[in-house]
Amino acid sequence: MQIEDPQFWRAGAISIVVVMMIVLVMLTIDSLKAIDAGGSHVPLYSVINQKIGYKFDAARGIDVPTIGEKEPLFGREYSDQDAADLIGKGKLVIQSRACIDCHTFFGNGAYYGPDLTKAWLDPAWKVWTAITGGDTQEEAMVRFLMDPVRYRTWTRTMPNLHLSRDEAVAVVAYLKWLSAVDTNGFPANFGRMSTSR
Amino acid sequence: MYRSQQLAVKYLTAAIALFGVMTIAGLMSAYYYINPNFLFGLLDFNISKILHIDTLIIWLLMGFMGAIYWFLPEEFGIEIAGIRAAELLFYIFCAVVAVVAAVFIFVQYGGSDALGMWLVNQGRKYVEAPRWAAIGVVIVMLVFAYNVIGTAIRAKKMTGIMAVLIIDLVPLIILYLNAFAAYRNMSEDLYWWWWLVHLWVEGTWEVLIGCIMALALMSLLGTSRRIVETWLYIEVALVMGTGILGLGHHYFWIGTPQYWLAVGGFFSAFEPLPLLGMVVHAVYDAGTHRMKTTNRPAFFWIMAEAFGNFIGAGVWGFMITLPQINLYAHGTQWTVSHGHFAFWGAYACGVIGVCYLVLGKVRGATMLDGITWRWAFATLNIGLIGMAGALLISGFAQAFIERALGGSTLEAFIAGQESPSFVAGMYARFAFGLLFAAGYVLLVYDFVTLGRRVPARVAEAVAS
Repeated sequence: MQIEDPQFWRAGAISIVVVMMIVLVMLTIDSLKAIDAGGSHVPLYSVINQKIGYKFDAARGIDVPTIGEKEPLFGREYSDQDAADLIGKGKLVIQSRACIDCHTFFGNGAYYGPDLTKAWLDPAWKVWTAITGGDTQEEAMVRFLMDPVRYRTWTRTMPNLHLSRDEAVAVVAYLKWLSAVDTNGFPANFGRMSTSR
Repeated sequence: MYRSQQLAVKYLTAAIALFGVMTIAGLMSAYYYINPNFLFGLLDFNISKILHIDTLIIWLLMGFMGAIYWFLPEEFGIEIAGIRAAELLFYIFCAVVAVVAAVFIFVQYGGSDALGMWLVNQGRKYVEAPRWAAIGVVIVMLVFAYNVIGTAIRAKKMTGIMAVLIIDLVPLIILYLNAFAAYRNMSEDLYWWWWLVHLWVEGTWEVLIGCIMALALMSLLGTSRRIVETWLYIEVALVMGTGILGLGHHYFWIGTPQYWLAVGGFFSAFEPLPLLGMVVHAVYDAGTHRMKTTNRPAFFWIMAEAFGNFIGAGVWGFMITLPQINLYAHGTQWTVSHGHFAFWGAYACGVIGVCYLVLGKVRGATMLDGITWRWAFATLNIGLIGMAGALLISGFAQAFIERALGGSTLEAFIAGQESPSFVAGMYARFAFGLLFAAGYVLLVYDFVTLGRRVPARVAEAVAS
């Protein structure tokens, strides 16, 4: 086959596609193990029963989530199954209200509202706990989600999406679980820097 | 004219109409950034955004289908197989799009259960359409695939371009099946969702538009089949060679292993190569024919596709694709700038070029030219480049203030959004959006009147 012959390039194209697909499938098999709940990068859903943090790991050179002592959510400890059900419900709420068309998750979505990857860990909840009168952060988050127009954050107000209390609880649990996912250091320096300083 | 080509005209007309809806929804989405109280509580940003991005996908898909329905009978020399089903499905497709748009505008949200996913809104970016509508899209694509494959079988003929197209239809349809998924785990959700979005937009769609551009170049410039097929194979090799593992640039931060930073960064860095190849191809063809053509608007839009694809998808994409930069640029208006420029350059310009090519044949014009198309061409392209530039300025500010300085908290997000550079960028984006919308009006006016309006000019041009 000559280089001027289209068949030469056709053979090249087929070979490249096949090789790349094989490599992608192999990497996918490995990645699916890592991103399964309980895998190396994604925690079990029952992680919502524990304290989550985010700090710099000198060995990896990036910020990583930390999972600490027990920290019940809404004053209770969820079994593995209950936690999985709650997270499943939270995901459906997030989809049904098209949250990703205003916010980002792991930086993916729309950019009108803030990124929610580490929203559970946001220092702003300390202020909103006082504003909403909630006795815990999770209670403050529920009150905010159920009536965001009342607890306005700034000029770009989140609309009232008519979440029931159960739906708001599920979303809060989802955000806590999400903050424990190892995202290879994204976002960098979260909670350790401030634009007001 | 074949019935398939009459159907092509309908698809291209519907595509251009949806292009208008996309533009209006885009202007609305831009305006919320300037006036957050706009339609607050009635039609919020997320619904406007859904309308903007979903109509983007549908109008381009309809444009591609229109282009293929136009070229298919010419390629095989016979009427397409299953033309009646294709004609029927066109009306069903349009009805489904209209109903889904009405549901998004008037119902907006369903319950947080399977019923809500089936009937109202799936809430996954680009594939928000409820599952019943997604089934409709699958049926339309299956019939489309039957039209292409069945025609090849009936004609007992296969060309290189059609072989690439047929193979490309397989992943195009299979990947779309992810539109039905509802994962509990966001990492798994985004992992497969990117197979759909990236491998569609940076894989199968690139190959599809490559096939369409190959057919268009043969029709427009009389380029030899041997040349366009060779280029098509090279393009497939480069697009897939860089794009399949280039998928990795979406796997930097979604919970996937760290090796994706190296894999995604490396292969993505080469993704501009096939797009540069297309520019070389276009310039080569144009030079060979000394820029002479009987359809100047089609020629210029196809040239714009080649350059726009390279700059918008290639160069703009390269800017943010390395993980060290992406850590700060990811999820900012910088990405939006790239998205606008890439979709415009890679696909929209190509579909508009095909519209002009078809228009020339339908109107029977021996020479298609005029003034209005030039104004439409200029205003649309300046408007789009202006939007991309404005969004880039906002994106720089966001990446610097929110990501790098502030650590991406709510406080940092607000500081970034309120920074003078970000705000100025949002105003500039809206202004250029208005210019773009004016260009759309001119484009539609030109489509309606070109070839009818300037018979004297046509005759004069032909004589010269």
